[in-house]
Amino acid sequence: MSTLTPDAPQSTPPGPTALNTGSRKRGKSRMDPTRNNTAAGIAAWLLALLFAVPVLWMVLTSFHSETDAATNPPSIAANLTLDAYREFFGETSGVSPWPSLINSATASILSTVLVLLLAFPAAYALSIRPVKKWTDVMFFFLSTKMMPVVAAILPLYLFARAVGALDNIWFLILMYTSMNLPIAVWMMRSFLAEVPEEMLEAAQIDGANLLLILRKIIAPVAMPGIAATALICFIFSWNELLLARVLTGVVAGTAPVFLTGFVSGQGLFLAQVCAAAVVISLPVLFAGFAAQDKLVQGLSLGAVK
Amino acid sequence: MTTATARISRPGHTAAKPSRDAKSRERALAWARRAPLLPALVFLILVTQLPFVVTLIISFMNWNSLSPDKTAFAGLENYVTVLTDPDLRQAIFTTILLTVSVVLISLIIGLGLALLLDKKFIGRGLARTLLIAPFLVVPVAAALIWKHALLNPTYGLINGVLTWVWSLFGSAPAPQLDLLSQAPMMAVILSLVWQWTPFMMLVLLAGLQSRPMDTVEAAQMDGATPWGIFRHLTLPHLRQYLELGGLLGAIYIVQNFDAVFTLTAGGLGTANLPYAIYQTFYFANEYGLASAAGVVVVIGTIIVATFALRTVFSLFKKEAAR
Repeated sequence: MSTLTPDAPQSTPPGPTALNTGSRKRGKSRMDPTRNNTAAGIAAWLLALLFAVPVLWMVLTSFHSETDAATNPPSIAANLTLDAYREFFGETSGVSPWPSLINSATASILSTVLVLLLAFPAAYALSIRPVKKWTDVMFFFLSTKMMPVVAAILPLYLFARAVGALDNIWFLILMYTSMNLPIAVWMMRSFLAEVPEEMLEAAQIDGANLLLILRKIIAPVAMPGIAATALICFIFSWNELLLARVLTGVVAGTAPVFLTGFVSGQGLFLAQVCAAAVVISLPVLFAGFAAQDKLVQGLSLGAVK
Repeated sequence: MTTATARISRPGHTAAKPSRDAKSRERALAWARRAPLLPALVFLILVTQLPFVVTLIISFMNWNSLSPDKTAFAGLENYVTVLTDPDLRQAIFTTILLTVSVVLISLIIGLGLALLLDKKFIGRGLARTLLIAPFLVVPVAAALIWKHALLNPTYGLINGVLTWVWSLFGSAPAPQLDLLSQAPMMAVILSLVWQWTPFMMLVLLAGLQSRPMDTVEAAQMDGATPWGIFRHLTLPHLRQYLELGGLLGAIYIVQNFDAVFTLTAGGLGTANLPYAIYQTFYFANEYGLASAAGVVVVIGTIIVATFALRTVFSLFKKEAAR
């Protein structure tokens, strides 16, 4: 009996304790069944590979020639080539994807900067020095995100057309800012809430000014979270299709819009499609893996740590 | 009773009177606290709430931009059309089917994956990274890959693998699938489940790892079976994470446009409401009707969102109480 930790029985549900008092010792051997873990590991790896196959296949096919890409059964060991990438960048067609990639980068980066500029003070007023009824404000922010884009897109389109902002990257930037702002406020609040209160109080008693508090106390704790927020906002803007498709055209079209117009079914194009998908997904893959540690907390709006 | 309350309230009353300065200073302080919040709030109201009010107004109008002279107040006519027009009714049904099936299937697979990844094994970090990858492919690109590289009936990978496996076991011609034209809804669901399972897995894995391990260990010591532990300890603990993942997923999947647009272009009964609305105003120029359909989506989302908000709120409160 002395080997048992004293608090173990307390935390056990009462039912099983009463029934199985005798089998405690034997039960303990079940605690680290390494064989079970091997089985779980193999299963997890098989499933992980299954989920990764489309991505791996996309990458592999992008390095195949068009004829090797379109075979049945698939030619896995075909020669590798950069032809598809050359084609995607417009070697024969002369249609370069660069303007759309630059538009995407402009829209995503600038909207993310705007989001951060608006969301950081807001998150500050919701966590560090909270306003009264700050939870109500939080839920107002969230409720705007619950409104589907389609419910507001027509007035936005009509407004843009009326003021001549159609096919203008700045209008898209404003749209992306409003799309990501609620999420960013929620994410940032959750990261700012992690700043220990005692440190803030101590700094205030010492008479530190706001700038110093921001730099020395808030930034070190919240910086990784703010960076993750920025990366997630960047991803959402980069991925967006509906608004870009409706509000932009030839001049301000983003990469996803370019991608939808890219497939026109002229002969063999499979390797090209894969190359295009790889190029356009690369920034998101980088941003996503960079934010990996904080991805869950950010995407669940701070509800999950 | 009245005298007692009067006596209690009097000191406070008299104390507040001479300090009008203090009161206005307090008010100034409250505004100083609110100030950082205002830019974000004003911006959001202008860009999201105002357009929705306009949508609401247009939804009661008969407005086709191709025949502007017929623009007039239409009452509930557009709403009647949304709910009776077979195409739009089909779109409502498709939206519900798509959202529910994608959320449920990806939650179940995500739960399985999270339970596996919760155990220690060789290369766990790499396996987790591989599993996140589908979520980090641009949705349009993912839909294109599914359409052309995986599901294409003549040279897609799925049929390619079928041919290859069948050729290993004899010469009988391999069965070939053509989901895109025979079961387009399944193709859309399949590609979305593939993209959303990693999200569910991440949320559930975080939930599993926040599970108080002492109760699990105690139950193990008491000889509880793995299934018993899962059923009575893990699942109740995961409940709110399942709800959270499901509802956040639902909010995004209800709005899905990319997969439907790219994979099937809304053909063969796969047009969901966002796609149908896009068609209605972008190509058919039926502004009033599109707005009414938009309002219907909002009402549906509000119903889902009330539950979502409650779940987020319960987790949120727990965190605030900590």
